[in-house]
Amino acid sequence: MSLFKTITDKPWERKGIIGGLKPEGAFDAPSEKVALSVFLVVASVVFSLFTVGYFVRMELPDWQPLSEPAQLWFNTGLLIISSVLFQWARNIANSTNDKYLTAVFIGGGIFAVLFIAGQLVTWDSLQGAGFYMTSNPANAFYYLMTGLHAAHLLGGLWVWSKSSIRLLAGREASDVKLSIELCTLYWHFLLVVWLVLFAILSNT
Amino acid sequence: MALAVVVVLLVVGSVIFHFTQLYGGPWYFTDIAADWGTIDLTINITFWVTGFVFVVVNLFMAWCVYKYRQKDGHKAVYEPENHKLEVGLTAFTTVGVIAMLAPGLFVWAQFVTVPEEAIEYEVLGQQWQWQFRYPGADGQLGFADVSHVSESNPFGINPEDPAGQDDVVVNDPNMHLAVNQPVHALLRSNDVLHNYTVPQFRVKMDMVPGLVSYLWFDPTKEGTYDILCEELCGIGHFIMRGSVKVESQAEFNAWISSQPTFAETQSMAAPNIAAGQAAYTICATCHGAQGEGNSALNGPKLAGQDAWYLERQLKHFKEGVRGGEGDTIGSAMVPMAMTLADDNAIRNVAAYIETFTDTPAPTTIAGDIENGADIYDRNCAACHLDDGAGTWYTDAPALAGMSDWYFVRQISNFSAGIRGLHPNDNFGEQMVAMATAMDSVEEINDVAAYINTLR
Amino acid sequence: MAYVPLADRDHEMEMHHPHSWVGKYVWSQDHKVIAIQYGSIAVFTGIVGLALSLLFRMQLGFPDTATFIDPSFYYQAVTMHGMIMVVYLLTALFLGGFGNYLIPLMCGARDMVFPFMNMLSVWVFLVSVIILMASFFVGGGPTGGGWTLYPPQTNLAGTPGHDMGIVLMLISLAVFIVATTMGGLNYVVTVLQYRCRGLTMMRLPLSVWGIFVATILALFAFPALLVAAIMMLFDILAGTSFFMPAIIESGTPLDHNGGSPVLFQHLFWFFGHPEVYIVALPAFGLVSDVLSVHARKNIFGYRMMVWAIIAIGGLSFIVWAHHMYVSGMHPYFGFFFATTTLIIAVPTALKVYNWVLTLWEGDIRLNAPMYFAIGFIFTFIHGGITGLFLGNVVIDLPLSDTYFVVAHFHMVMGVSPVLVVFAAIYHWYPKMSGRMFHSGMAKLHFWCTFLGTYAIYLPMHYLGFLGVPRRYYALGTTDFIPQSAQDLNTTITIAALFVGASQLLFFINIIWSLRYGPKADPNPWGAASLEWHTPDTPPSHGNWGDSLPTVYRWAYDYSVPGAREDFIAQNTPETEEPTVDEQHFDPDKDESLADA
Repeated sequence: MSLFKTITDKPWERKGIIGGLKPEGAFDAPSEKVALSVFLVVASVVFSLFTVGYFVRMELPDWQPLSEPAQLWFNTGLLIISSVLFQWARNIANSTNDKYLTAVFIGGGIFAVLFIAGQLVTWDSLQGAGFYMTSNPANAFYYLMTGLHAAHLLGGLWVWSKSSIRLLAGREASDVKLSIELCTLYWHFLLVVWLVLFAILSNT
Repeated sequence: MALAVVVVLLVVGSVIFHFTQLYGGPWYFTDIAADWGTIDLTINITFWVTGFVFVVVNLFMAWCVYKYRQKDGHKAVYEPENHKLEVGLTAFTTVGVIAMLAPGLFVWAQFVTVPEEAIEYEVLGQQWQWQFRYPGADGQLGFADVSHVSESNPFGINPEDPAGQDDVVVNDPNMHLAVNQPVHALLRSNDVLHNYTVPQFRVKMDMVPGLVSYLWFDPTKEGTYDILCEELCGIGHFIMRGSVKVESQAEFNAWISSQPTFAETQSMAAPNIAAGQAAYTICATCHGAQGEGNSALNGPKLAGQDAWYLERQLKHFKEGVRGGEGDTIGSAMVPMAMTLADDNAIRNVAAYIETFTDTPAPTTIAGDIENGADIYDRNCAACHLDDGAGTWYTDAPALAGMSDWYFVRQISNFSAGIRGLHPNDNFGEQMVAMATAMDSVEEINDVAAYINTLR
Repeated sequence: MAYVPLADRDHEMEMHHPHSWVGKYVWSQDHKVIAIQYGSIAVFTGIVGLALSLLFRMQLGFPDTATFIDPSFYYQAVTMHGMIMVVYLLTALFLGGFGNYLIPLMCGARDMVFPFMNMLSVWVFLVSVIILMASFFVGGGPTGGGWTLYPPQTNLAGTPGHDMGIVLMLISLAVFIVATTMGGLNYVVTVLQYRCRGLTMMRLPLSVWGIFVATILALFAFPALLVAAIMMLFDILAGTSFFMPAIIESGTPLDHNGGSPVLFQHLFWFFGHPEVYIVALPAFGLVSDVLSVHARKNIFGYRMMVWAIIAIGGLSFIVWAHHMYVSGMHPYFGFFFATTTLIIAVPTALKVYNWVLTLWEGDIRLNAPMYFAIGFIFTFIHGGITGLFLGNVVIDLPLSDTYFVVAHFHMVMGVSPVLVVFAAIYHWYPKMSGRMFHSGMAKLHFWCTFLGTYAIYLPMHYLGFLGVPRRYYALGTTDFIPQSAQDLNTTITIAALFVGASQLLFFINIIWSLRYGPKADPNPWGAASLEWHTPDTPPSHGNWGDSLPTVYRWAYDYSVPGAREDFIAQNTPETEEPTVDEQHFDPDKDESLADA
């Protein structure tokens, strides 16, 4: 039933059971996935507001553009690989043959760890070049937004590590299927957030 | 049943209360003194529209509560919705909203469009004072910025900007305007948010550090009105007061030509310390040759006090702002201050006092230091600073190392309203208000004892 | 993947049944226990907020009699009162308290979707309250920068609590947002996915609609506060210049440069305005149900009520800058925000009309909850129309930052929601506790609260018309404020002390009745919605015994023509006429309601 139809329904006119024999949710998806999707919208609001803040702050006279370290391209590559591996793991989990599942899934997480390490190295080299948080607002936004992104990734890695342990302990793929599905969704989201952040930070 | 009656009574009572205030009651808008009658008109329109809804809906509700209260054999009517009625009510409400919004937007358009004939002036807010700046003959205000702010240039006017040289600077919280001359107020702040409000002018606007906000109005009625800060700006928010005097063009011209220009304040000759030394001989009797103070002769320590503060107090004594009725000890200073012929003589003697070496005054007051520290940190430190050194910025004199008995006496005088309430004492009223933080002589002693530890 | 209804997980549910007292009441995952934990923490914090308000009212009404109230303390009390009441009391109580209790019951679910996360939410909320309270005990005390926490003021030396106080406040808010997000995800997903068989969205009681939409607002609005808090923390602790322009602190220039205080205000109010509706929408929903049940009539115009809730929720995100008409932002914004603000009055007014029309041609039982609900309509109309003054941008020029604003928002989001809180607590108390409260005492409580608060806030509007600025420790002397304004302030304070004291009636009543109140009928008001038709009263863990309910009709089948009873429960099949011996409300037989 479409949203419009739903809320224009006259509930007093229709008596009796509506729907099938079982309760029906609004979405045909596991609750965990619905919850994660809602959370992703919330997280996008956070990142969008930072971005809005960034653009507002940019209009003020003391703004100096950030000099983008080349290493960020390399980091971006790591995160893309990570996301691709998660997608692969998800496809394996959905297929009948789950031979490489453990390796691919764990590999995806490892590339995410490498991405965070790469981000730390970039921070360090920026600091070394004298770009401190207080030097100018673009730097402050850079540290803040990349830090926040990394923090989200760390949250995802926590779930990833739990599932990895279960996989290593020899659990059936079906047991961790949902978890892999959710990780994949989350990773794609964080990749998109990173690409948008990267585009904004390097083009302004 | 009782509920229905009470709702009716509340509606009737509220309406009666409103009209008693509208027609002569003490608690309604103060008389307007600017050409913003359109704002008052919008308020009246809104009052009639909303008042109608308030009365009708509440009386209808009261009637329903009375009429449809539970009765035996009575049954509620089953009516899930009445779309026609709801659409009608929506339309009716929309009409009411438009009736209020349209004039509102129309008047707002007037407010955001400053007329060409409006003359600019600047209001500068800082914790917790007002200052004002008028363009000179060139009709232009010089560029000003926080980075140029100093004791001698409190507006932060760029000294390189030729447009700023003839700006008239008013370093006290009392400003003047010419009647029936539209003005465009440019608002700046040196530190936090403030808000420039004169209730009689009806308009207000925040002053934001880092940007220039504005408002405009056309003062239509002569008189002196209070300026209040209406955006919370720290502990002294409620004592950030000023005044605006609306007067005839001729009076305004006379006043503004008596005020110094920025160039004049920057090119003042250095004070003559030798002349100050000569004038000081008469002071030395009570205050000591090195300004060390003498409690037996009621002469507080002067060494270590900032020149700007000494100058202001000497002027106050001379002009009868201090040392008047009730201040028996302070009145002794009045003839002494009279010996200083003019502002230059005052500057000279204050400059001479600044040359004294500052050794802390002997402590004579004992008290509960812990309690004193608590009171001081919560109430005094905001202006007099944590170390009691004082600063020109908040108009706060040095306290640390000064005569503690004098501190106690002055706080007692502020509390008793002996000092600080003279209409020309622009800064004393702040201390009258803050002195309430100390409830008894004991607490004043406690604070004095704490200040004694700050040397 | 197909949706797995909770009914199919009953075996798991069983395993979670705790047996120890600690497992049942402390580390509980039962939504009803969590609701009471949430509510109790919120009410405790609210009592602190109330006490603070009485203290600063003492200073305003009787200047300098309570000698320990110095300017610093005054500003700290005002600030903490505001923040506590808006965030820690009302938001937590409506979403964490009522949301937790009612959503699963009204949706016919056994619990929230994620009971463990639900439990985590309440404990994280407790941590945020502890951090908040800790700021009273650190050096410098809690922040005194006003509940809006505007920089640069809050972190400069001239403001009390500028060192530790503000940092703790921001951290506490961030932690609170984490708690709200965990709770909020739960409420939203539960409403979307865990409704029982036959319960469509449009069959939900308005309470659920109100809480549901408010939760969505909370999920999208609180991030703005989080972003503002994080950036402000960096300004304070790391020396960045997000909000800090070049300024002077006590005569010394600071290192900051170029930041925008107005940006903070935009972020704050992008949260702050929806926040008003986070508090108001649940109140709208709850009061709709109370009115309908006690008027024995369906809520008038159910569909319009749902649409209005959604419309108000949506519009609430594009009106925020009406808090900033005189903030120095670009004045052209005024046109847009005045228009959107006044548009929001239309759906809001419709809700008021429909509440009154629910009473019209009803069969009104003036039980205690109904008193509060009708009182709410009165105070809400009053608070709503004063909002039309402030929302209309030019009228805001003279009235903003005066007591008119204080009176307005206390009427509309202080008194009104609190009256609903009381209405709702009295209304659902029999279900929650299994006991009846003392009706006479509840009505006395109503009269004291309703008349007392009107005595506080009606005169306060006139202080505002007069031009008395808010957030003034003392009025001092001005030419335009007559001495009699002080008399008005004294009256207001006396009324406030009276209202504060009379809340004891409420606490005595509900605590005493918990033990000594007469055993309550499972459905004493004769309500049709699902939560009154649980097999046990109070509902046991899992709510529905062996099998989940099935819903056949909407929640408002009252006084249906031809039906034998004046209500038909939601889970009564359409073919089945209600039988005479079904539990229902009968005032003649129930002594505890004899004076209704």
